[in-house]
Amino acid sequence: MTRKRRRLWLLLACGLGLGSATALALLAFRDNLVFFLAPSELASKAPAPGRMFRLGGLVEQGSVRKSTDEGHPAAKFRVTDGAAGVEVTYVGILPDLFREGQGVVTLGTLQADGTFRASEVLAKHDETYMPKEVAEALKKTGHWNPASGPPPPAATWNTMQVKKTGG
Amino acid sequence: MEATAAAPPQRGPKQGRSLHRFANPGRFLRLSGAVLPWLAAAGAALTTVGLVWGLFIAPADWQQGDAVRIMYVHVPAAWLASAGYFALALCSVLSLVWRHPLADLAAAEIGPVGAGFTALCLLTGSIWGKPMWGAWWVWDARLTSVLVLFFLYLGHVALVRAFDDPQRGYRSGAILALIGVVNLPIIKFSVDWWNTLHQPATISFTGAPTMSLGMLWPLLFAALGYTLVFAATVLARTRAAVMERRIRALLMARASEVAA
Repeated sequence: MTRKRRRLWLLLACGLGLGSATALALLAFRDNLVFFLAPSELASKAPAPGRMFRLGGLVEQGSVRKSTDEGHPAAKFRVTDGAAGVEVTYVGILPDLFREGQGVVTLGTLQADGTFRASEVLAKHDETYMPKEVAEALKKTGHWNPASGPPPPAATWNTMQVKKTGG
Repeated sequence: MEATAAAPPQRGPKQGRSLHRFANPGRFLRLSGAVLPWLAAAGAALTTVGLVWGLFIAPADWQQGDAVRIMYVHVPAAWLASAGYFALALCSVLSLVWRHPLADLAAAEIGPVGAGFTALCLLTGSIWGKPMWGAWWVWDARLTSVLVLFFLYLGHVALVRAFDDPQRGYRSGAILALIGVVNLPIIKFSVDWWNTLHQPATISFTGAPTMSLGMLWPLLFAALGYTLVFAATVLARTRAAVMERRIRALLMARASEVAA
């Protein structure tokens, strides 16, 4: 029994050491582990000019202007995190989920005029899954505008749907 | 199967004490043999119900359309990849601290099954990511930590089988598995701690799920089905390993008899 007890304590001590070492390492590398920077972080953590980095945030409502650049589709839009916004220019095909109010992650460089030239735009979808009819109903009743922000909590529309199918 | 199971069970010195009751291979084979068909049948039935419901009947998402149906294959695989590793770690503790002989065998058999579920998770995630995000793969914290989990599984599979003396293999595998446990909270909380392309959790222990009930039910069915299939596969493989070990012991005994 004592040997088992000793092995158990040894294991727990090793686990504690390993766990705290990992936590410290992750804390030290915290800034390098982010996949993208938010617009409001650019002021404090701006990468060197000309260096590629990812900029992420929501596509600002009413900011998308699509055009063509030498026959290629092009788009200009603002990426915002509520506190700050950055003008993004992009030449290429936007992902299907791209829309106003949607989260996006763009890869590119910051230009001298403060705009961000993206060479890649990825759409980030949120954790809400909602049937088409529910989204339509929410939009029609004015409970939610997809361009202006995240959908209302599921508890509100799930009961609505249950009532609809039940009745 | 029955013939080997019916071989006289060797009585250990301390019968009936806690988990070591199941260390008796004869008893394990009898019990697992009775449970296995039910486990496998229930797992197959629940998985079928969940997947058919999810892939054909559940509503499409308002912005992802029918592509959202990959979720019913992907999310349970991801859950089982992590849960399987947790089981592997539990077996490793049982093996290192209590020297439980069945835990060694089970750990060795969880490895390949967990690696399979992790591969399924990575593969379906990639297929889902291309049309929705616009990329097959990105090096964000969630995707990278799951890839690390996959490599941990593969490393465990290789390490356990790399020694001539199986006991040394089990010991090294258990230590590797326990070191890898730090990756589990990283996978779970990666989407909360860091900016990632992968979205945060839809279903949490604390809040209501941000998902329509018509999508949630098939997902839960599929998840329960995957769990039972995982358990049944590991149980069947462990049974095979116990029998294999028994046959080897019989052959060795016969060989030494002949030599004498």
